Amino acid sequence: MSLLDYFRSTKKKTASTAKERLQIIVAHERNRRSGPDYLPQLERDILEVIRKYVDIPADQISVSLEQRSDELSVLELNVSFPDEKR
Amino acid sequence: MAKIIVVTSGKGGVGKTTSSAAIGTGLALSGHKTVIVDFDIGLRNLDLIMGCERRVVYDFVNVINGEANLKQTLIKDKRVENLFILPASQTRDKDALTKEGVEKVLNELAKDFEFIICDSPAGIEAGAMMALYFADEAVVVTNPEVSSVRDSDRILGMLSSKSRRAERNEDAIKEHLLLTRYNPERVAKGEMLSVEDVQEILAIPLIGVIPESQAVLNASNSGQPVTLDQESDAGQAYLDTVSRLLGNNVDFRFLTVEKKGLLKRIFGG
Repeated sequence: MSLLDYFRSTKKKTASTAKERLQIIVAHERNRRSGPDYLPQLERDILEVIRKYVDIPADQISVSLEQRSDELSVLELNVSFPDEKR
Repeated sequence: MAKIIVVTSGKGGVGKTTSSAAIGTGLALSGHKTVIVDFDIGLRNLDLIMGCERRVVYDFVNVINGEANLKQTLIKDKRVENLFILPASQTRDKDALTKEGVEKVLNELAKDFEFIICDSPAGIEAGAMMALYFADEAVVVTNPEVSSVRDSDRILGMLSSKSRRAERNEDAIKEHLLLTRYNPERVAKGEMLSVEDVQEILAIPLIGVIPESQAVLNASNSGQPVTLDQESDAGQAYLDTVSRLLGNNVDFRFLTVEKKGLLKRIFGG
């Protein structure tokens, strides 16, 4: 970095933004890959059911299947409801 | 026993064919009998990068269909001993490659060659799947850029689930990260993902870093694999990569910006 750069504003570098975005999306996609093929469809179906009652955007739901042991898998469902007070 | 190495990436335009040509040539220069196979059916380009486009008579699909034998089809490089090219066809039929057909050809090549380099097409369609299916090792070509890194990660998923080794529950394909178009100056400015960043995200061992270089376009313009330009930074970086593929421990070069003088440091530039 040159001396002139030093006095310019220290805005966040784009490379670190890129890294953070990649870490999130890659982790998400790996998680999805490791699950069974029906998970995305299951996620869409659950979303449809909830939308009959509450209007939530598609990215507010996440479904994952975690293998706890040989006999036990846990289906984890995370839904964030929109802020009600308005 | 021949080693089958797929050069793959998911994303297009990151340097798969350039890398296949450079690595294949490097292996042959080191005295290993090597064939580079173009799996990009319909869009063959390896012949052009290798400078043998006018010597193509038969192609991969002709061999699979029994219309020509390997001896008639393989193109022997005129510059480097021990180097051969198997060109792809220009037919638009993407189902021309069958698993059985490809296996038969690879088995025949394996009798004669030490290394079989499979130059994969972009994407995750049948052609790319076929190129990686029989591989023992994979060179995942990645640019320090978000879409390339993401696609590389998808291809890593394919390597571990859709290959023959995966289907047969054999040892996994040995994966190598090859970072291309690397610009140390932009990395230093925080404008480009660093080697460490990409390695941290993809979590596979690094086999080489190729600097962004004028030499690469010059090489493809003239149909010379860049490893033949041993003066150039990119050529040397590819030769280092080849040496590591052969099991040698080579220090990484071209990762940092050359030191600047005091005036440049103060005024930038």
